[in-house]
Amino acid sequence: MPYIPTTPEETRRMLSVIGVEKIEDLFADIPEEIRLKRPMDLPKPMSEAEVKRHMEELANKNKVLINFIGAGAYERLIPTIVPYILSRWEIYSAYTPYQPEVSQGTLQMIFEFQSLMCELTGMEVATASHYDGATAAAEAALMSCADTRKHKVLVSRAVHPQYRDVIRTYATGQRIEIVEIPIKDGRTDLAELEKLLAAKDVAGVILQNPNFLGQIESMAEAVQLAHKAGALGIAVFDPISLGVLAPPGEYDADIAVGEGQSLGLPLSYGGPYLGIVTSKERLVRRLPGRLIGATRDVDGKRGFVMTLATREQHIRREKATSNICTNEALCATAATIYLAALGKEGLKEVARQCVLKSHYAYEKLTSIPGVTPVFTGPFFCEFALKTDKLTPKEGYKGLADKGFAAALDLTPYYPEYEGAMLFAVTEARTKAEIDALAAAMGGLLA
Amino acid sequence: MIRLRDYEPLLNELSVPGRRGYYLPECDVPGKAEDYLPSEALRKEDAPLPELSEVDVVRHFSRLSDLNYCIETGIYPLGSCTMKYNPKINEYAASLPEFANLHPMVPVSAAQGALELMYKLQKYLAEITGMDAVTLQPAAGAHGEYTGLAIIAAYHRSRGDHDRVEVLVPDSAHGTNPASAAVAGLKVIEIPSDSRGLVDLEGLKAALGPRTAALMLTNPNTLGLFESDIVEIARLVHEAGGLLYYDGANLNGTMGVCRPGDMGFDVVHLNLHKTFSTPHGGGGPGSGPVGVKKHLEPFLPVPVVALSESGEYYLDYDRPQSIGRVRTFYGNFGVCVKAYAYIRRLGPEGLKRVCEYAVLHANYIWARLREHYRFRYDRICKHECVAMPTKEMMDNDVHTKDIAKRLMDYGYHAPTIYFPLIVPEALMIEPTETETLQELDGFCDALIAIKKEALENPQVVKDAPHNTPVRRLDDVAAAKNPILNWRKLGNL
Repeated sequence: MPYIPTTPEETRRMLSVIGVEKIEDLFADIPEEIRLKRPMDLPKPMSEAEVKRHMEELANKNKVLINFIGAGAYERLIPTIVPYILSRWEIYSAYTPYQPEVSQGTLQMIFEFQSLMCELTGMEVATASHYDGATAAAEAALMSCADTRKHKVLVSRAVHPQYRDVIRTYATGQRIEIVEIPIKDGRTDLAELEKLLAAKDVAGVILQNPNFLGQIESMAEAVQLAHKAGALGIAVFDPISLGVLAPPGEYDADIAVGEGQSLGLPLSYGGPYLGIVTSKERLVRRLPGRLIGATRDVDGKRGFVMTLATREQHIRREKATSNICTNEALCATAATIYLAALGKEGLKEVARQCVLKSHYAYEKLTSIPGVTPVFTGPFFCEFALKTDKLTPKEGYKGLADKGFAAALDLTPYYPEYEGAMLFAVTEARTKAEIDALAAAMGGLLA
Repeated sequence: MIRLRDYEPLLNELSVPGRRGYYLPECDVPGKAEDYLPSEALRKEDAPLPELSEVDVVRHFSRLSDLNYCIETGIYPLGSCTMKYNPKINEYAASLPEFANLHPMVPVSAAQGALELMYKLQKYLAEITGMDAVTLQPAAGAHGEYTGLAIIAAYHRSRGDHDRVEVLVPDSAHGTNPASAAVAGLKVIEIPSDSRGLVDLEGLKAALGPRTAALMLTNPNTLGLFESDIVEIARLVHEAGGLLYYDGANLNGTMGVCRPGDMGFDVVHLNLHKTFSTPHGGGGPGSGPVGVKKHLEPFLPVPVVALSESGEYYLDYDRPQSIGRVRTFYGNFGVCVKAYAYIRRLGPEGLKRVCEYAVLHANYIWARLREHYRFRYDRICKHECVAMPTKEMMDNDVHTKDIAKRLMDYGYHAPTIYFPLIVPEALMIEPTETETLQELDGFCDALIAIKKEALENPQVVKDAPHNTPVRRLDDVAAAKNPILNWRKLGNL
């Protein structure tokens, strides 16, 4: 029997030790009226070889496109050692480290992850991980309300639309008011932010940098405005951008969250990804989910344990800071291996190549007659364009037909920027691919 | 135990300036990145990341992995965690480049294979649970609980039933149940268990009323016992105007035999990383799909994977009553691929057999241990059983924690301990269907040997573990003076 080693003879022995005749006797307490009296209506079993072929056939129904789309998920060069190390089952098939004496591998890797997140962001504490960037941002919003005892959170309209959706979903249950900060020329309008803060009834202010439209925000000013009004400054960051951009710790953010997919995780059609949650030390007891701490064993040897668990659901139940239990530990481990492999110089190089390649693509594309930029401010690796001829739908489809995933239609999210298409270029793209994209775009407009 | 190295420095301690573990291709476009960015947006100093060579990195993580117990080492009998073998074909499937490299925002025409898989998995999970519709969006069990409760809250609100804010949760429930209710903005009312270890019907009746939003129930419950009054419980809750929420953590104990939908549940979450064999990764990622009955379908999170009349799979966002999104994109797709491969490998009979053998193995452990340990609910169980040390062991000051630690010296991972909360000194044991009789016997023999030690030489148990890479760690110091990153280590 697949995945069940027990033989018929062993089954009989076990039943006799239990003192029943047959397996069905073990289910005697299930009322007759709710028993399923037919086999489940599912496809019949396959051998492993058939599963393999079937999965390959399914996978082949996807089309491989050259990727120029970002929007919160980025194709990157992933060092071969990342998936290789992760495929060690001592790493992927372990449970949550409930017994630290036989889980030091996992515990130390997550302690290293927390440490690397602090080094990268300049923040004082980081958690063991969260589901994804959006849920991390929602938790940050809830944290700011718990900390300030206020019930209003301001979220820039330039924050990823799906993040805003998730924040709103969580806020609905908690009766937290979410107010959008308007944008101007693709960046958060700080004059409007100041007005929204005037009543001093705001718990937290959430900005993303670089924002969803690719533009670089004035984070330091925004955080200062928040602090002046007694609100927490919350940053949503892209970890790769921190190779060159000022980290949240430098501009005095109270909470900084991000999507860690870029740190060695495959795109995998949207998940599993990695929520990063960091904060100032002062907020440590309000953090959601697991934290790993260092300590000593009875012999004085250094070791690691899950700690400050009195914040968590298994101890505090309905009074816990969050309901999270299972997190994204393996994804955090991937990020740890990725950053260990890249190191100080490597990360900087990735960030620089993103900047250079995206700017090269921007120059190439905007030099096509009829293509114009939507925003003019500085950007990191993502930018919006429009054309005098193509609707975004036509651009998105036309480029897909030519083998490119590109020109994401911004209209559903930003009707005010009708016609805008979003492009992203990472270090994974080559000059030749960028030139080919530009040629394809030129072809569509010719 | 002989271990060649049982101590590994931290990454920052291994760092040597000038080393690199990965080299990017030479940049093939011109320019200097800093010229494109305003100087005030730049970081003042480089992020102080460690510097290691490729060999350093590989060795570091290899040595660390040697310090872990895992399901591929041996039985991992954590109750309610369903640590079963992780089939390797599942890993192969999820790593296929056309899945692994697929961007979530490509046109749906380029993602038909992924969408077909998700659509079919939704259907399979609906059939397995007896529900009408399923979302794969939640990232883990607790996230599924939150999603299910948000759906329930939205349903009551849509009917103008604004007072229904109370969620009834048995005292034996997983900690995530009350925590998820709180995040969904609902109020938790705890209801008692009776002498059978089941929901106390009188206690339930007393708690039900016009403010009841839902009852959350795990069935089999955390004692491994089937809530045999479920039909009556469902009737009572529904008559009071509430809904029934099924915590699917223990689905391995009933799969294919009876379904939450047929028991009367309105909402269910599943843990693909438990019942459907996907690895737990040292704490995640999981996947927590939520199934609902027809009347709750309009409230599912957006988008829902759907099939058009022309036979194209697509993402349906046009759902005005939806609770909204609970995360980015469409869920932990990579985990869904593995669960899908598992379901296709086993088919309907294979999945039912999973349940039967999970229950057989748990009862075998109960039968072998019942003369040696105490069982407050000493009867046939489902997928897990809950033992306690005997009075004589406790008289020698040997407690559950000591037993758990001593098991490691025998080479076994400990069960879940001190849970459920209603059983003092609980040892909650869930073996799953993938263990061999020899492994089950070895585990039981170890527990029986530990009992003997507890009576004859308790100190050896109380000082355990003796053979692990580290011995008992000082949790109190860790919490009192938290050292949460390597900058804070001092001389540790």
